[in-house]
Amino acid sequence: MRYLPLTDTDRQEMLSVIGATSIDDLFVDVPAEARLSDKIAGLPDHVSELAVERHMAALARKNLSAGEAPFFLGAGAYRHHVPASVDHLIQRGEFLTAYTPYQPEIAQGTLQVLFEFQTQVARLLGCDVANASMYDGSTACWEAIGMARRITRRGKAILSSGLHPHYVSVANTMAKFTGDALVHQAPTLDAATDIDALIAGIDQDTSCVVVQYPDILGRIDDLTPLAEAAHAAGALLVAVVTEPVALGAIKAPGHMGADIVVGEGQSIGVGLQFGGPYLGLFGCKQKYVRQMPGRLCGETVDAAGKRGFVLTLSTREQHIRREKATSNICTNSGLCALAFSIHMTLLGEKGLRELAGLNHALACQAADRLAQVPGVKLLNDSFFNEFTLVLSKDARDVVRNLADKGVLGGVSLGRLFPDAPEIGHGLVVAVTETVTSEDIEAFAKALEEELA
Amino acid sequence: MTMLKEGRPTAPQAVAEAGTATATGNRALMLEEALIFEIGSTATTGVDFAEAPKVASRLGNLVRTDAIGLPGLSEQETVRHYTRLSRQNYAIDLGLFPLGSCTMKHNPRLNEKVARMPGFADLHPLAPQSTVQGALAVIHELAQWLVTLTGMHSVAMSPKAGAHGELCGLLAIRAALEARGDARSVILVPESAHGTNPATAAFCGYKVEDIPATPDGRVDLEALKARLGADVAAVMITNPNTCGLFERDMKTISDAVHAAGAFVYCDGANFNAIVGRVRPGDLGVDAMHINLHKTFSTPHGGGGPGSGPVVLSEALAPFAPLPFVERRGDAFVLVEEETAEEHHGQTFGRMVAFHGQMGMFTRALTYILSHGADGLRQVASDAVLNANYILRSLDDVLDAPFGGSGPCMHEALFSDKGLAEGFTTLDIAKGLIDEGFHPMTMYFPLVVHGAMLVEPTETESKAALDQFIMALRNLAERAKAGDEALKGAPYFAPRRRLDETLAARKPVLTWTEPALAQAAE
Repeated sequence: MRYLPLTDTDRQEMLSVIGATSIDDLFVDVPAEARLSDKIAGLPDHVSELAVERHMAALARKNLSAGEAPFFLGAGAYRHHVPASVDHLIQRGEFLTAYTPYQPEIAQGTLQVLFEFQTQVARLLGCDVANASMYDGSTACWEAIGMARRITRRGKAILSSGLHPHYVSVANTMAKFTGDALVHQAPTLDAATDIDALIAGIDQDTSCVVVQYPDILGRIDDLTPLAEAAHAAGALLVAVVTEPVALGAIKAPGHMGADIVVGEGQSIGVGLQFGGPYLGLFGCKQKYVRQMPGRLCGETVDAAGKRGFVLTLSTREQHIRREKATSNICTNSGLCALAFSIHMTLLGEKGLRELAGLNHALACQAADRLAQVPGVKLLNDSFFNEFTLVLSKDARDVVRNLADKGVLGGVSLGRLFPDAPEIGHGLVVAVTETVTSEDIEAFAKALEEELA
Repeated sequence: MTMLKEGRPTAPQAVAEAGTATATGNRALMLEEALIFEIGSTATTGVDFAEAPKVASRLGNLVRTDAIGLPGLSEQETVRHYTRLSRQNYAIDLGLFPLGSCTMKHNPRLNEKVARMPGFADLHPLAPQSTVQGALAVIHELAQWLVTLTGMHSVAMSPKAGAHGELCGLLAIRAALEARGDARSVILVPESAHGTNPATAAFCGYKVEDIPATPDGRVDLEALKARLGADVAAVMITNPNTCGLFERDMKTISDAVHAAGAFVYCDGANFNAIVGRVRPGDLGVDAMHINLHKTFSTPHGGGGPGSGPVVLSEALAPFAPLPFVERRGDAFVLVEEETAEEHHGQTFGRMVAFHGQMGMFTRALTYILSHGADGLRQVASDAVLNANYILRSLDDVLDAPFGGSGPCMHEALFSDKGLAEGFTTLDIAKGLIDEGFHPMTMYFPLVVHGAMLVEPTETESKAALDQFIMALRNLAERAKAGDEALKGAPYFAPRRRLDETLAARKPVLTWTEPALAQAAE
C-alpha cells in the first residue's frame, strides 16, 4: 500500500479528533446490509511495484507492436514519429497532474497552451476558431452534426460514403436518440469520390453534408462545389479530417468553404495507443462560435493589467447551463492537446510541410510498388498518404495471413464495412515517414506470396 | 538604502522592497513567457527528416499554397517554452489539491511507465486480433475488476470520460425501455447533481425534472416516490452525493424506482469514497460510470483525457455498446460490428471510433493491481477519514451545513455563512492560492450558498492535512474579521485575479498578428 501515507498512529489520532472509535463509525450512513465487513473476496491483495511491472510487461509482450513489423495501418489512426521531447514535456508534473484550469491564476501554463493550441488548430483546418479539444474525431463528428442541427433548425444530415464507418456508426447511435435523420451508404470501389451524388442529395431539409477529406479510401477532392451547393440550400458543410498531417500538403477544408471542420488529432504528438486516448479537433466559422460544444480558452487581463488566459463562453457548457448546454462534455483531451501543440511547435510550418511531403512521396513509391504485385490494382487517382488496393481475393483473409508472416499490411474493407461484401477485396494502406523502403519491399513480397 | 560593509542592506524592509521591478518582467525563477506566435517563425523547425524521394505528385489541384501561419521553435526553445509554462501551473505533484468531486489524488509514476511500454502504446486499434491478445487481456482483466468491485453484471469499457459514460448508461436505459415498447419521457435528477447529469438526459431526448433535497442534504425519498410514474424512465443519483453524504435510502429508492418500471443511474464520480466497502450492485443500481481518472488515479492532465467505463445490471447488459472484449478459452476476442450480430443483437450501437481509452486502462489496471483488494478498501477508508478530519478540524470556524447530521464521506462541505459582509467563498479560495494550495471546489453543489467542497483524498499525509487546515482556518478567521486585503488575493500567483467578464464579452479565442487585430477594430 505504498501510495497511502497515513500510519496507524495517524489514523488513531485523527479518529480521536473526529470523535469516532473506528473507521467503520464513519460509514454509519451505509445501510448495514450493504456494508462489506471485509475486503471483497476473490480478488488478489496488493503487490510490489516490481510485481505489477512484471505482470503488465508480460501482457505487453503478447502484442506485436507497430515498431516490430513492416506496418501499413491507417483508417483513422496513423503512426508517426513523435520527437522525444514531446513525451518528456507532457510528463512534467505541472502539466500531467493538474486539473481543468478552473483557477486561472495558477493555471496559466495549461491555459496559454490551450490558447496556442486553438490558434494552431484553427490555422491548420482553415477555420476562424477552434475549441480546446473533444474526446476524439468520431465524437467531434457527431457533435458537429448536432451543432448543424441547432444552427439550421433542420434534422437531416447527409453523410458521405467516404466517411469513416466507425464515425458513421457513432452518428447513427446518437441519431437514434436525437431524432436526426441520417442519409448514408457504403462506398463503392471507384476512383472518384461521391461528391456529385452528395450535391444531388441536398434539399431544403438538409442540415449539413458530412464529408471526410482525405476519405476512408484515401481519395481527395475539391470540396468547394459541395460547399457552394450546401450553402445554396441553406445547409452547412461539415468536413472531417482523420489525418491532420495531410493539411501540410493539401488545401484546408475551411478554405474550401467548410463551415465546421472536425478531426482526429492523434497523428500529431499522441501516438497509436490502441485507439485512445485520442484528440478531437473542432473548428468553425466565427459566427457559429456560441453554438460550439466543449471548452474554449480566451485572452483577457488580470487585475494588474497583465495579459492572461481563462476558460470562457462557459454559458454554453453543462456546469453552468445544465440541460440547456450545447453538449454534455466536461473532461476533454487536455493532455493530448498539449502533446499535439508541442509536436506542432517543434515542426512549425516548415517541418509540417516537409513531413507531409515525405509521407506523400513514400506513399507514391509504395503504391507504385504494390500495384506491380500480380492480383493487385491501385484504386486511387489521387491520395495523400493512404490509398486503397483492390486485391484478387478477400482482403480480410489476406490481412490475417500477412500478420502471421509478421507483416501488418493495412486494414481490410471487410472489417470496416462488414455489411458491404461487394467491396471486401479492398485493402486500405497507409504509408507514413516511419515506413522504410525495406518495409515496402517486405510488404510487396508477402502480398505476392499471399495472392499467388 | 544604507548598506553593511559587506554590501547588504541594513534594514529588512529595504530588502523586501528593493528591486521589485525588473526590466524583463521576470522574477528570478518565475519567467514570463510569450506566445509561440510571438517568439517562433514559420521558417524555424525543431525536427529534421530524411529527404523525400522525388515522385510525381498525386495531390491533383489540391496543393496547399497559402501561408498556414504555424510558427516553429528549435528543440531547445520548445523545451524552454513548455517548461516555463508548466511552472505557471499548480498540480498535485506540488501540493494538496482539494477539489471536491474531482478526486485529485497522487498519480503513481509506475502507471506512466507501463502505459508507455511499446506493447501497449505502439499498437494500432485495427491491428489483427492475433497480434493484440495482450491488449485485449488488459481490457478484460480491468473489466473483471470493475465488475467485481461494483457487484454488477457487466461493464461497457468504451466511454471516453464520465459524461460520455452517463450517455452510455442513459442510452442503454432508453434502448431497454424501447425494447419492451415502453416510451418514457422524464428523467429525475436531484438538485445537487453534477451539471453533466441534466445535460446528458436532455441530449438523450428526455425532459429533466429536479428532485428536491431534504434539510440534511439527501434525496427527498417521499417527494421522489410521489413523482414516480409511467412517464419516468430513470432516476440519476450521485452516491455518495455532491454534498459528500451517503444516500442512506439508496436501496429503498432503487426498489421504488424499479417497482415503477424505471431504472437507476448512479453517477459514480465519488466511487473513491466507497470502493472496497460498498458495492453499488447491492444497492440496486442499474448503470454507473466509473471515472478511471478519479478513483483509479489516471492523471487529469489539465483537463483530460478521462475514461468512463459503465457497469451495468443484468437488465441493461444486452444493450451495451460495441465493441467489447470476450474471453473464449485462452483467447480474447474483440466483438465489433463484423461479428456482433451472432452474440449481441440488442446493442444500442457504437459510441466511439475505437475501443475506449486504452492508455487509461493500462494505468488504471496498474494502480488497481498495486493496491489489491485490501489496498482499495483502505483507499476508501483513508479518503473518508481524511475528509472527516478536515470537517471536524474546521467546523468551529466555518459553517458546515450538514455537519450536524453525522460523518461525511470523502469530502467536507462548508458554506459562506458567517463571513463578514461583502466577503465570499471566492475570497477564501483566492487566499488559499497565496497560501500555496489549490482552492477547493467553489459554489458547487448549488444547494448550499457559497459552497466550499473540500476533497483531500487518501493520498495526503496527516502533516499535509494539518498545514492545509491551519491555512484555511486562518483564512476563515480573516474573512470573518473583514480583512480587506483578502479581497485582493492572490498576490503571489503568476497572475492576479483575471477579468472573466471581459473575456466573455469580447472573446479573443485565437492569436492574431497585432497589426491585423488593430485593423479589425
